[in-house]
Amino acid sequence: MRLLRPTPRGGIVPEAARQQVQALCGDLAPRADLLVEHLHRLQDAHRGLRPSHLAALAERLRLSTAEVYEVASFYQHFRLLREDEPAPQTTVRICTSLSCALAGADGLVDEVKARCGGDVAVEAASCMGLCTQAPGALVGRHALPHASVEAVLAALNQAGAPPQPPAAAQDLAAYRAQGGYQLLADCRAGKLSPEQVMQQIEVAELRGLGGAGFPSARKWRTVAQQPGPRLVVVNADEGEVGTCKDGEMLRTAPHPALEGLLIAAWAVAAGRIWIYVRDEYAAEHMLLHRELQALDAAGLLRYGGVDIGGPDDDEPGDDAAVRARPPRVALRRGAGAYICGEESALIESLEGRRGMPRLKPPIVAISGLFGRPTLEHNIETLWWVPTLVRDPAAWSGAGRRGRKGLRRFTVSGRVARPGVYLAPAGITAQELITEFAGGMAPGWHLYGVLPGGASGGMLNAQQAAELPLDFGTLEPHGCFIGSMAVIVLGHHEDGRTDTAADAARNLLRFFAHESCGQCTPCREGTHQLLAAMHGPRWDAAHLAGLSQLMRDASICGLGQAAPNPIDSVLRHFPHEVGAAEQTQE
Amino acid sequence: MDTPTTDIAFTLDGKPLAAHPGETIWAAAARHGVEIPHLCHHDPLRPVGNCRACMVEVEGERVLAASCCRAVEPGMKVHADSDRARAAQRGVVELLLARKPARRDRYDDELLHWAQRLGADAQRYASAFKGDAAQAAAWPQSPAPDTSHPAITFAADACIQCTRCLRACREEQGNDVIGLAGRGAAARIVFDQAAAMGESTCVACGECVQACPTGALVPANGSWAQPSVRQVDSVCPYCGVGCAITYHVHADAQGREFIARVEGRDGPANHGRLCVKGRFGFDYAQHPARLTVPLIRRDDAPKDPERVKLADWREVFREATWDEALERAAGGLLRIREQHGGAALAGFGSAKGSHEEAYLFQKLVRVGLRTHNVDHCTRLCHASSVTALLEGIGSGAVSNPVQDALHAEVILLIGANPTVNHPVAATWMKNALRRGTRLILADPRRTELSRKAWLTLQFKPGSDLALLNAMLHVLFADNLLDEATIAARCHADEVQAIREHVAPLSPEKMAPLCGVPAEDIRAAARAFARSRASMIFWGMGIAQHVHGTDNVRALIALCLLTGQIGRPGTGLHPLRGQNNVQGASDAGLMPTMFPDYLRTAPENIARVERHWALPEGTLSRTPGLTVVEIIHAALEGRIRGMYIEGENPAMSDPDAHHARQALARLEHLVVQDIFLTETAALADVVLPASSWAEKTGTVTNTDRLVQIGRKALASPGQARADLWIIQEMARRLGVAPTAEVDLHGGEAGVDAVYEEMRSLMPSLAGVSWQRLVREGAVTSPCAAEDEPGQPVVFIDRFPTADGRAKLKPAPLAFGAEPPDNVYPYVLITGRELEHWHTGAMTRHASVLDALEPVATASVHPTLLAKLGIAPGQMLRVESRRGAIELATRADPAMPEDAVFIPFAYVEAAANLLTNPKLDPEGKIAEVKYCAVALAPARATVAQS
Repeated sequence: MRLLRPTPRGGIVPEAARQQVQALCGDLAPRADLLVEHLHRLQDAHRGLRPSHLAALAERLRLSTAEVYEVASFYQHFRLLREDEPAPQTTVRICTSLSCALAGADGLVDEVKARCGGDVAVEAASCMGLCTQAPGALVGRHALPHASVEAVLAALNQAGAPPQPPAAAQDLAAYRAQGGYQLLADCRAGKLSPEQVMQQIEVAELRGLGGAGFPSARKWRTVAQQPGPRLVVVNADEGEVGTCKDGEMLRTAPHPALEGLLIAAWAVAAGRIWIYVRDEYAAEHMLLHRELQALDAAGLLRYGGVDIGGPDDDEPGDDAAVRARPPRVALRRGAGAYICGEESALIESLEGRRGMPRLKPPIVAISGLFGRPTLEHNIETLWWVPTLVRDPAAWSGAGRRGRKGLRRFTVSGRVARPGVYLAPAGITAQELITEFAGGMAPGWHLYGVLPGGASGGMLNAQQAAELPLDFGTLEPHGCFIGSMAVIVLGHHEDGRTDTAADAARNLLRFFAHESCGQCTPCREGTHQLLAAMHGPRWDAAHLAGLSQLMRDASICGLGQAAPNPIDSVLRHFPHEVGAAEQTQE
Repeated sequence: MDTPTTDIAFTLDGKPLAAHPGETIWAAAARHGVEIPHLCHHDPLRPVGNCRACMVEVEGERVLAASCCRAVEPGMKVHADSDRARAAQRGVVELLLARKPARRDRYDDELLHWAQRLGADAQRYASAFKGDAAQAAAWPQSPAPDTSHPAITFAADACIQCTRCLRACREEQGNDVIGLAGRGAAARIVFDQAAAMGESTCVACGECVQACPTGALVPANGSWAQPSVRQVDSVCPYCGVGCAITYHVHADAQGREFIARVEGRDGPANHGRLCVKGRFGFDYAQHPARLTVPLIRRDDAPKDPERVKLADWREVFREATWDEALERAAGGLLRIREQHGGAALAGFGSAKGSHEEAYLFQKLVRVGLRTHNVDHCTRLCHASSVTALLEGIGSGAVSNPVQDALHAEVILLIGANPTVNHPVAATWMKNALRRGTRLILADPRRTELSRKAWLTLQFKPGSDLALLNAMLHVLFADNLLDEATIAARCHADEVQAIREHVAPLSPEKMAPLCGVPAEDIRAAARAFARSRASMIFWGMGIAQHVHGTDNVRALIALCLLTGQIGRPGTGLHPLRGQNNVQGASDAGLMPTMFPDYLRTAPENIARVERHWALPEGTLSRTPGLTVVEIIHAALEGRIRGMYIEGENPAMSDPDAHHARQALARLEHLVVQDIFLTETAALADVVLPASSWAEKTGTVTNTDRLVQIGRKALASPGQARADLWIIQEMARRLGVAPTAEVDLHGGEAGVDAVYEEMRSLMPSLAGVSWQRLVREGAVTSPCAAEDEPGQPVVFIDRFPTADGRAKLKPAPLAFGAEPPDNVYPYVLITGRELEHWHTGAMTRHASVLDALEPVATASVHPTLLAKLGIAPGQMLRVESRRGAIELATRADPAMPEDAVFIPFAYVEAAANLLTNPKLDPEGKIAEVKYCAVALAPARATVAQS
């Protein structure tokens, strides 16, 4: 073997590619933590990423090409092209996660593929937050609810247009007119102390509403106790199957969450804030951009676009000095990865890396973004902050079966009116369907529900009628409430039937697709589970062993929760898979 | 080593244990002899906890913990052997086993080891890969093994995504070639942008191979599939970094032993790391072109300086017995000594050999040939550095070891390209940069480290002194002097002289001369002066100039005036070339110095005569000549006979035409080597010698670390140990033998020679042979057996008469042969990663030869376009002294008015072009700079 090289190893960067990257990214700081934003610029402009561009980008950011490529190849929304490969004019992504699959998405993918020209790439995709308007699709960057072949074809014409903010959203003026940001002003004016604010949310029992349910006050205190500088990260990477509540809040009323965010940053004396919005929420991203500009103009924060500095650009001064200034805020885009909803994976992504969860300890509150103590919350948690600080008893009147508070459920599947509903904690799934979602869809009868999206397991019809939905109530049954995404399965009078086993297979395909691949149990285990779920009879002992391995040994919640649907099938729907009936608790 | 303050008590499987603060469960367990299963964890790589084979149960916690990443906390109750922990450990191994191919590329596969230890069931998960189930699971397919690289094979199907290779590549070696791409089950190890390994930026350091637990990355020669017959600890034979290695010796079907692979050993200089030469460049020793019989020139074969590459030695030589060859070799030298005196003789020893060889060789020349005309290739590398350092601080050795880069806040790296020439040294620098150290890289080429540099000063070739004087100017102008150091360690008048000298040499005035913006010069000077610890590394880009000595003087001034000396992470470090470059000089292989830098002054000559029990007046009182002076004298007929051991001046010396003519003119030339080098082609007698792996001996690396190399192989045919050959030559020249030396390269006699040398060397007082045998490596100077040696020297005084440094201004000077209308470009010569010096070893090493088979000239793409030459096409390079033709390589790192050519290729020998003009003090030739003309070549295709 004789290698003759007319260039240094690995070749040289073509000048044209260098200039194109400069033209597209010249206004971005050439920092590695902005890698994903750089990739978006190239992807948006060229509808794909070519080796020469990635090499030029690596040169710009002073990274190796491997460091750029491994990040680019991690995210679904980046299309890696060969140098001479034509880029598709448009990419159509059709959601095939459970809510949309129930609405016939799998067949839709094939139909759309058959009807689109060769310059359109049609792909099955993971949940994109259109669960209540299933089936959902993304045409280019535009969300398309109630997707059909005709709707997709019609949308192709406008696919290249930039996304627009949703028209219905409450703007800054309207929110202020109803007293918005007064609480923030009171905090900043010293009418409340940070400790008082924390006490209020403690009394109100606010918990993280992204799925983990961790008591918020405890998190704030942990962050506040760390030596500064401290940072805040907003997790708007809502991606749990069947969940679209954060998206709905952003679309309709983003300001309560933004005020809650500024109060939280003030409380923990954080001078910099990053808002990470999933790339599927392009319209919501545009809306946030507009409203953050408005807040900047109003002097309530300092909006820096995608960039408010890197690891070394801390805000100067002590806590008082940090609280005295409006914080700097950055708005960033995800790029198609469910795992980035995991708090530390999201931070990795913000730092310009593959979204792989970090091992804990240390927890994010102690060592998060750039190794700084970081307060991370999802949209809904922050959304409640103004309400609950003003009135910690705001929730206390609500609740059933001994539970307290209001919960925002996303209801999808075989119901008459899928939607996001604010309902009392402790409500049963059956009640939720009947009282809020207009009952079952015509002709359908309740067969089972998923109380907490893909991760939260499954309940059968009897459990759906009996069990209160809230934090802690479902664990004895191998389930949990998570992000409160209730997906309803049914039997139709015409003979069509949903099965828990099919649902579980759909969910496991989702987990296998979204596993980051970092740890063995999850990377290998999700596919092993899929293989073991093949066929009408499941080997319960085999599945149980693997399930326990994944729970015990996976790094993050994805791998730990991935076996939940299977365990639920074996436990609550054993007849479907030939397993022995288990005693119900 | 961290010294623990208070140990933390915890229990492991019911046994009370103590952990150091911050220690992980895994590490604490291992320290107590409990080995927890592990795959992704591998000292010294950063633990990442991705394989999950090391899961343990911590009482009170919901999920298991990865013991390799989890720090012990007080009172923790840990179970590594509970049913639950074992089930997880075994389960992880079983998941990985399910995908494992039946092939065994590594005999000691770690996954199979743990499978066996844990009683794993390989079939538990295997069915998922069969039939409908596999389809349902939609497993991504592994690509076929990547065999595109001559050194390394990557079989993705054996990969378990543990990222040990990635961390070795990125965090240890700092090469950043390997990435983890894709996600989920499609997560995979890639090179660059998923390139074939052979087409990637991989530099084949092989750290990934050493790190891989499953044989997914293995040596391409398949040598890890079987265990070795023997393992021998030695030291790498190439550069001055001094990497500790282990030779893995295998035997072929006939029982003949050979080195199958080389592994990095945990030595002080490398801690297991190696580069492509050290790891894959070992089979030159087994090359069929090795010299295996003594040769004597045929009477009908006159010496022809134009014919130095012989297709077959029989054209020129005939076989001889050892007795005849030695008699002829020594007899010819004796005859000249008797007829013309010792001044007509000279010897070139080698920094490639051991201390013992160097010592005995210089003794042979001084005593047997009655002359001090003995030198070696250090003259061509760092003579100017040594001259300036001896003058300035009284010692030619480095003040701080390479790994002090890890303690530096700023590194100034000038005229050196360590990723190519000292690759493992470069890894420590890259590690430091990763931890926040700032690199100021000053070089005419934007070399690889530029990507990681804080500031790159791409100065014009030959303008070193404009740049350095401007930096010195900034020190005075901005009041960045360290007055305390100056008061304690310098002379005020000398500082004043420098102040006056640099006063007019402002950055603004120097910027147009050196091509570096004034603000960058200021920033560099300020950062260097203000940092807590700044360290200077330099290489031959500084030394190989007619103003090389002044270049180094300027660096010494920069270091002293800012007080960046005497502490960890500071000081002066000339990166040394050869494996024994420090040791060869220490051993006295220089015309003006006996061992330990004892000058050949009359009183010292008398002293050495007494030490060697010679009659007074035996040794010459005439100062000896240096390498290039000897070659000049040979051409002029003043030197008539030479003994050259392990050097190749016909390739390495500037203006090689001239050197070859000089060698051809010699009445009697004896060459001792392992190949028929270009120099040997001009010899009267050729003595077949031993390669490094065939003998025991000691060497000193660039850090002043003395290490022992051990014999791993027998020499081929009648080839014999160099030390034995030198001793036999010496005996015939009337030098009393030191001891009986093993002709097969064993330890016998080497110890006695070492001890005789040591008796002349106070710096090795504490480094006895026995200690070296016992410890393998000891840093010099070392005053006593029970002392560790001094890695950092000159802490408060210099080994000068008054303990202070001597600073001298360095007048502005530029290259001796600037470009003009006829020769409008600058030729820079040097080395490339794969080829060592003149290529005698590396071009006979199969992997290295495959990686860089032909000579190339690196040219900036813009200049190439201007010349009308496509990358890869042939270029003609002509200087006042000669012309060569070779393939081009488009390289944006080059300045636009220069060409870079490695000097390893006989078919396009760069030194046919170079300028033999010497630095007047260091006597080093300016091989880094001469004027050339460039044009498309007549031939268009490279011949390999």
